[in-house]
Amino acid sequence: MPTLKRGLTLLVTVAATLLGLLLVTFLIGRVVPIDPVLSALGDRANAESYAQMRTQLGLDLPLWQQFLRYVGDVAQGDLGTSVLTSRPVLEDVLRVFPATLELATVAVVIGAVLGVPAGVFAAVNRGRWPDHAIRLLGLIGHSLPIFWLGLMALLLFYAKLDWVPGPGRVDVFYEGMVDAVTGIVTVDALLAGETDIFWNAVQHLVLPSAILGLYSVAYIARMTRGFMLDQLRQEYITTARVKGMSETRVVWGHALRNIAVPLITVIALSYAGLLEGSVLTETVFAWPGLGLYITNSLLSADMNAVLGGTLVVGAVFIALNLLSDLLYRLLDPRAR
Amino acid sequence: MTARTDPRSAGWRDWLTTDTPQSRAQARLGRAWAGWTAFRRNRLAVAGLLIVLALVIVAALAPVLAPYHPYAQDLNNRLLPPSAAHWLGTDAFGRDILSRLIHGARLTLMIVALVAATAPLAGLVIGTVAGYFGGWVDTVLMRITDIALAFPKLILALAFVAALGPGIENAVIAIAITSWPPYARIARAETLTVRRADFISAARLQGASSLRIILGHIMPLCVASLIVRTTLDMAGVILTAAGLGFLGLGAQPPLPEWGAMIASGRQYVLEQWWVAAMPGFAIFIVSLGFNLLGDGLRDVLDPKGD
Repeated sequence: MPTLKRGLTLLVTVAATLLGLLLVTFLIGRVVPIDPVLSALGDRANAESYAQMRTQLGLDLPLWQQFLRYVGDVAQGDLGTSVLTSRPVLEDVLRVFPATLELATVAVVIGAVLGVPAGVFAAVNRGRWPDHAIRLLGLIGHSLPIFWLGLMALLLFYAKLDWVPGPGRVDVFYEGMVDAVTGIVTVDALLAGETDIFWNAVQHLVLPSAILGLYSVAYIARMTRGFMLDQLRQEYITTARVKGMSETRVVWGHALRNIAVPLITVIALSYAGLLEGSVLTETVFAWPGLGLYITNSLLSADMNAVLGGTLVVGAVFIALNLLSDLLYRLLDPRAR
Repeated sequence: MTARTDPRSAGWRDWLTTDTPQSRAQARLGRAWAGWTAFRRNRLAVAGLLIVLALVIVAALAPVLAPYHPYAQDLNNRLLPPSAAHWLGTDAFGRDILSRLIHGARLTLMIVALVAATAPLAGLVIGTVAGYFGGWVDTVLMRITDIALAFPKLILALAFVAALGPGIENAVIAIAITSWPPYARIARAETLTVRRADFISAARLQGASSLRIILGHIMPLCVASLIVRTTLDMAGVILTAAGLGFLGLGAQPPLPEWGAMIASGRQYVLEQWWVAAMPGFAIFIVSLGFNLLGDGLRDVLDPKGD
């Protein structure tokens, strides 16, 4: 059965990729010039408890056995304990992840809503000034350091114009006033019926997600333009035009529908990119998500937290890659 | 039959554009000239080239061009706005921001050059070897490449720097380690298109070794696509390096690295905006230069790609 075989191949690929990621984080953890025994016990440990901890952590085993142990631990959800918060890393990561998810989701929606029409518009006007303008804007967007853009946007829209609130997810006044059901402040506020907090959270979300979203606009627009140009060359487009169909319907009704599948793939891929790109954005906007967690842990040399966070981002990244692949196969009959 | 006129006498332009080059060198120069004329028509690409050239010149002549020493502190003149004495103002230690940006160009150029000299080369070797030999060599190398391609680059670079310790050299290593896979993919794709070609078979029948075929015949054909991709990637490399610097993981103070300079101006951004703003403009202009140049090169060298 070809479907079964393909499914198995996919499964093996994903497993191999995850193992590769684990190998990389494992090796990074081993080259760190930080003694894991001392970081678990503190500097004042005596030789006896040092040796005991060393055995307990499995550091006396050969490297490949240590790796197997590491894989086993991770498979059971044990990412170690954070030195900084003294809590299991997995718990920390699950607590901060919704904030990143909220930011990246709104950002990818902004990216798609701006990027797709821009790409279609560029394709329809191929070689004319709107095409060149969109291309140039895309190149400019790809040249701006996102953390700098965030700082400047805060300076302009928060400090000078006072259009948006400052960094953070809600005003300090509202902090912790709704129960964290989903961990996504906007959703939690709505669940609790607190519309004031909801609007406050939305206002806080606008600037960071717009900055992050802009980053994917250029990529989505460029890919949309390419797909669209391929479609507009097809004979069914000519047929539709000959029938006297309006250009709007030809482009937005016929051509766009046929590029929907590859577009979904592209958007899923940029979603993965945004989850990763949120690291710098979160730092600038003091957004308490995974990115800020990883950078804070980095600066205090909390390697368990860094590698645990890296692993989670990597796994989500791989999962989104896989999902875009699956969606493509599921939605496009030709790929079956 | 008339005597053939010496093409050179008809001017160097005709000599370059002739359909019947007399030597291999002439043919190559002619192709380069044709590429240049196509490139020259794209004004944005020329602007990009000028920006990149300006970066090189500024970096080379930094001590001559900078009005002040990049580390010279003057605590009586901290956080001064842009003026005639300090065109871009001064930072929290009273150091001239323009002079620091000019010296920072050296760091940026060094990062770009080191990454451009390592990652594409590694990708070229892996890709051509995989593509040329095929079979299990190809399977193994490309599986590894695919796996590496599926990793989140920025986060891994962060983790690498965390492990190796902050610093500009380690930032370069981390960026290079995470950016080779796309080059391997491109080099392999190019190799596959030529490996069954007659001239490769001819070389093999003449007794050329695999090493010689890969080095002498296949790699040169991959170079054009790799140059385009490398140039386009350099903007991303600059942004990543600046991002690492901003997080305090790249170049360490007092080095005038642009990302680190933005970080140090962050706390003054509401009152003394220029401290953080100016280095950002520098990063933006330089990475835009590489993007424009790469975009123009793509049209000239690699018309197949979109």
